[in-house]
Amino acid sequence: MSFPAVGAIDCDVHPAVPGMRALLPYLEEHWREQVAVRGIDGLDPASYPISIPANGRPDWRPASGKPGSDLELLREHVLAPFHTRYAILNCLYGAQSAFNVHFAGALCRAINDWIAAEWLDKEPRLRASIVVPVQDAELAAAEIDRCAADKRFVQVLLPAAGESPLGKRQHWPIYVAAERHGLPICVHAGSTFRHATTANGWPSYYLEDYVAGSHAFQAQLLSLISEGVFSKFPNLTVVLAEAGFTWLPQFMWRAVKTWRAMRAEIPWVDRAPAEIIRDHVRFTLQPSDAPPEAHQMEQTIEQIGSDRFLLFSTDYPHWHFEGDAALPDGLSASLVRKLLVDNPLETYPRLKETLQ
Amino acid sequence: MSSALLERGSAQQTRLGLIDCDVHHALRSPKDLYPYLSARWREHLATYGSRRPTPFTGASPFFKSVPALSRKDAWPPNGGSPGSDLAFMQAQLLDRYGIQAGMLHLLSITGMDQRNQEFAPALCRAINQWQYAEWTQKDQRLKAAIVVPGEDAAAAVAEIEHWAGNSDFAQVSLVTHSIEPLGRRRYWPIYEAAMAHNLPIGLHSSGNNGHAVSATGWPSYYTEEHHEVSMSQQSVVTSMVCEGVLARLPKLKVVIVEAGLAWVPSLCWRLDRQWARMKDEVPHLTRPPSSYIREQVWFTTQPTDEPERPQDILTILEWIGWDRILFATDYPHWDFDDPETAFKAQMTELQRRMVFRDNARSVYGLA
Repeated sequence: MSFPAVGAIDCDVHPAVPGMRALLPYLEEHWREQVAVRGIDGLDPASYPISIPANGRPDWRPASGKPGSDLELLREHVLAPFHTRYAILNCLYGAQSAFNVHFAGALCRAINDWIAAEWLDKEPRLRASIVVPVQDAELAAAEIDRCAADKRFVQVLLPAAGESPLGKRQHWPIYVAAERHGLPICVHAGSTFRHATTANGWPSYYLEDYVAGSHAFQAQLLSLISEGVFSKFPNLTVVLAEAGFTWLPQFMWRAVKTWRAMRAEIPWVDRAPAEIIRDHVRFTLQPSDAPPEAHQMEQTIEQIGSDRFLLFSTDYPHWHFEGDAALPDGLSASLVRKLLVDNPLETYPRLKETLQ
Repeated sequence: MSSALLERGSAQQTRLGLIDCDVHHALRSPKDLYPYLSARWREHLATYGSRRPTPFTGASPFFKSVPALSRKDAWPPNGGSPGSDLAFMQAQLLDRYGIQAGMLHLLSITGMDQRNQEFAPALCRAINQWQYAEWTQKDQRLKAAIVVPGEDAAAAVAEIEHWAGNSDFAQVSLVTHSIEPLGRRRYWPIYEAAMAHNLPIGLHSSGNNGHAVSATGWPSYYTEEHHEVSMSQQSVVTSMVCEGVLARLPKLKVVIVEAGLAWVPSLCWRLDRQWARMKDEVPHLTRPPSSYIREQVWFTTQPTDEPERPQDILTILEWIGWDRILFATDYPHWDFDDPETAFKAQMTELQRRMVFRDNARSVYGLA
């Protein structure tokens, strides 16, 4: 079965920064000099070492260079076979992990300008997330304001595991800016390694880090809900990218149960967490962490109780499926139709505007 | 749920003689341990106290929902904190519900996460002696866990050897918020000793290790922390399987306590899918991670997951495997699960017997 030619909107595609050299033309003079004099390079995130098979599908690896670093290959691997109308670029270079916030801000500006010039200008089907220095909310908000004028930037990118939970008030200037420009917040898998990747300390294996990644997302959801972000910013949409989603039913059940018992602690949360999630939170499709049986996926989707929550993604060049089998078994035809086009258009107002 | 159903449930439980896999006894005061501590450690406890990597001497960093985490009606009429009065526990829990066996987990003081590494073994020994003299010897329905100073494996093994063979102790208990993930090599001698004595490892959510409770740092509210602790139990399971403990020790039994359990299927799916991509990193796993979990890990029910459609809990339990499920009340804590009302969907008689009694008998080797 070939992939449905409906003009899918791919909500998680990763362009690789070849290295600091590629960003030099986009860095301000002071930082260009600092990078050169101090030999600053190698900021690929430790959450995604490119040599690990999972982080570059074998048939998507270029002859040389990093997976995801070549626009022509991206067209050939993603845009053509999936009949992609739009693909949203989430750049995972390590700016959000830098301790020096001034450098983080400068690097984010360079990354965003590099994306605009090297990707968006060259391929009209591409859109991008604004990479912001999450380390400092005021700098992040300024970067949102700077990039938002370019309508090809459709959301704001934040890491799943950072210095402090994203619901805390220190991050709110980011949401003020995002809401001002009608931009969803995309929380993407990966850790800045400010904290151990589990509450039980540092595991031995990358496999464990990756599996534990879904708990970072769950902690962020709890934080965003419990701190009242969705009460304060009622128009905000949060997209969890590369989070998996089969954990969602149990998460909602537990969150609702706890909220019923503890709502006096967080009186500004005036609705059940499951309702808030169904209204405000979206999930990208890959990795789907699919159960072994299709009927288990069907039941999981029923338990989630929404056909609006899921957004198509290939997670290119990460390796979660073979060929064009990006749609796991157990999704109904109507859900597939929604997640390929309707749900992304509903989630991203800027894509909808462009189409109209 | 109709009252007729409740009555039927109650009668069935009583006939069953259920096994409660999470009961909390408590110290009336740290002085309860003095008879079991040397003069040096009595003095130490009185002067330096219970020092763990947490900010307050007398409170949890996340203020709980209620005093002593407990049901208001669980405060003993004769004084003392909830869980500290055996007679009251007998009346309110063991007799009331016809409980055949109750598995004790002590939380009011913990030994393993003491920062003083000489004090930890002394405290664990004292706790175990107190459990034996004051609880299990006084009511044979109660079974204790051997509390061990798990950050010092040699000392922990010595503590296991001291008590092994004593049928008042049904398992070995470690805190789950350990300094390193529990599957790491430093803890392996503990599991080898437990397996040699056919003692399950009972892992109740507990302890303080200085690590943030989430990978993105400390939350603000108990609402978050309470939920995140159950995620840390998922990481415990991940660690026990991925680091190779279960594969190396195929007869080791692990019981996960007070984490709920509806997360088990999705964790297994994620583990298996990602393992399929990265199995070269963990060559000690020769089959999918879920297959080890399916054979060697059991899960207690409390706090019972409550799906929006009540019947969904039966689907989840089916996916986990009915033989993996152990009923627990968490008495006397505020989120106590009443065996008569905790499940909003009707199990078959066979399923009830497994969940409420037979699985626990099998895991703990109870008659």
